[in-house]
Amino acid sequence: MTDIFRLLRGNPEDSDYKKKGVIVQGITGAYGSLHAKNMMSYGTNIVAGVTPGKGGQKFEGKVPIYNTVKEAVDATDAKISIVFVPAKFFLDAAKDALEAGIKLLVAIPEHIPVRDTMEALELATQNGAVIIGPNTPGIMIPELIKIGIMPPTPFKAGRIAVLSKSGTLLYEICDALTSAGFGQSITIGVGGDPINGTRMIDAFEMVKDIPDLEGLVIIGEIGGDSEEVLAQRIIDIGFKKPTVAYIAGRAAPKEKRMGHAGAIVMGTYGSAESKVSMFNRANIPVAKRPSQVPVLLAGKMQKSD
Amino acid sequence: MRLLEFQAKELFREYGINLLPSKASKTIEEGKIHAKELGYPFVIKIQVPVGGRGKAGGIQKCQNDDELELKYPQVLGLTIKGEKARAILLEKMADIKKELYLSIFLNRSKRCYTIIASPEGGVEIESVKNQIIKEVGLGNVSDEIAREVAKEMKLDGKLADDFADILQKLAKLTVEKEAELAEINPLAIMQDGSLMALDGKFVTDDNSNFRHDELQKYQEKTEIEERAEKSGFSLVELDGDIAVVGNGAGLVMSTLDMLSDNGGKPACFLDVGGGATTESVYEALTLISKMNRVKGILVNLLISLPVFSRLKGTESEKAREMLKNSRTKIYDSIEDAINAAVMGIKK
Repeated sequence: MTDIFRLLRGNPEDSDYKKKGVIVQGITGAYGSLHAKNMMSYGTNIVAGVTPGKGGQKFEGKVPIYNTVKEAVDATDAKISIVFVPAKFFLDAAKDALEAGIKLLVAIPEHIPVRDTMEALELATQNGAVIIGPNTPGIMIPELIKIGIMPPTPFKAGRIAVLSKSGTLLYEICDALTSAGFGQSITIGVGGDPINGTRMIDAFEMVKDIPDLEGLVIIGEIGGDSEEVLAQRIIDIGFKKPTVAYIAGRAAPKEKRMGHAGAIVMGTYGSAESKVSMFNRANIPVAKRPSQVPVLLAGKMQKSD
Repeated sequence: MRLLEFQAKELFREYGINLLPSKASKTIEEGKIHAKELGYPFVIKIQVPVGGRGKAGGIQKCQNDDELELKYPQVLGLTIKGEKARAILLEKMADIKKELYLSIFLNRSKRCYTIIASPEGGVEIESVKNQIIKEVGLGNVSDEIAREVAKEMKLDGKLADDFADILQKLAKLTVEKEAELAEINPLAIMQDGSLMALDGKFVTDDNSNFRHDELQKYQEKTEIEERAEKSGFSLVELDGDIAVVGNGAGLVMSTLDMLSDNGGKPACFLDVGGGATTESVYEALTLISKMNRVKGILVNLLISLPVFSRLKGTESEKAREMLKNSRTKIYDSIEDAINAAVMGIKK
């Protein structure tokens, strides 16, 4: 199992403890450069950028740009990369990164063909690497490292793990959690596509054994069955930490894609009812609206005291 | 996109999957010509991108001209689960011995393509019994796997060979067109012992459209949907009267839920995308103004920026009153709003 904290934070004896290097693929594009700057001001250690044909230049006068991830890795020894290239170039960018030894690839782009995601995933598995996304806001340990496009204000360091398919709902619900005094130990955006590099259940495996974890928030939405699979897993292992869920898309019509490629109900498969009833079986309350999440979480914590 | 039955069958035919003779039409005049070509008896089938056509009366037998004259307009006029008829398919009738089920789909939890086959087809997948399930990675089906599935279906001799052949052709179609689902239900064993695809469902991955110009003729879009796509929005039109706009699919879905919980009826789902800009929100509101049924607009934008807005027109006073205590600043003229925005940002 991937030790995500080892990758993002490292161990105290590491020379780069709490300042793990991150490469930005597509750093010279409008979106990539904006978020590279935002990540840097959040404190993420951006050590290199990659844009084919722009090797040798510097980003913001200090971050070296390379033509390939291989060159960037050779120069920096970074194990993490975040990708901002247009969807149709994602597979090439992912191959470039995974073959260069990247162990954590955060795939921001939306509209990546499913086949390309599956091919990238196969390569990641062969190389012992993890992909977060695609179509994800990214991953972060608040107040330590942000590898993604989240605005900083909703997040605060703490002891709640948050897993989310949606970006904006992650911000909305973390904002509510933070306001209620619940900081976050880690937030993982699994993404809104049908095929996720890290599924809900994989993300759960990454966080469930955090020593000082005080609670878990699952932000799901219609489509697929990753919430059901996760709920079943929670039942099976008898996970006891206070857990609350939220499911978006109760009012969505069937067989229509609701913005996210993965947000579609086919027959009963992927319906909100199916997810809610499975969470109920796992004794996990499901909030009706985002603002209810901290209320239900506080309730759960009282019960477990 | 989800193809209509006759479109799926066009692809099946191209890939050599056996079909009954059939013709699609949009008017009864065309239908009558097809009737002569095919000869009675045949069935007429409504072409809509949803299931449950039979139960809704969308599939009817026709024995002669009189019946065609009567039933064609009836079926063409049906609305099934909110979907109007796109066309009518006339298809020859044939004697069926047994109905099987066969599909290949993108298995989201296993993250691979998966075959589902069953000797008991002809019903919706949820009720298909004795499912044979095989995971096949990126979708390629070898001779060995195809024969294995045929064997598990308890088919033998020529029927087993034909089944394995159809399975491989369906797999090739799935891979080459980047489908999320390719389904033949029923796959019928005919009295003469041949295998025929009697119905077809085919759903492609919209994100791979840029590699499939050949499929774009199946794309059906209203003018509004086309404009939305051009602007990079996700739009789903609904039948209520309050338009819902926001940035981020999850946020807009969540807004839809809350609106419905409070008794409101959403007129649309409109996600302007992650990076909402002045231009994109303006374009979104312009689009909505073209939807006749919209009586109100609910905007939910997750931005950490002040909003400068010009609001003028019928009932703008009411809107202004409602926004009085918000962070949105309202101006009478667009010039004032622009000036305020420019000055506000400089501060």
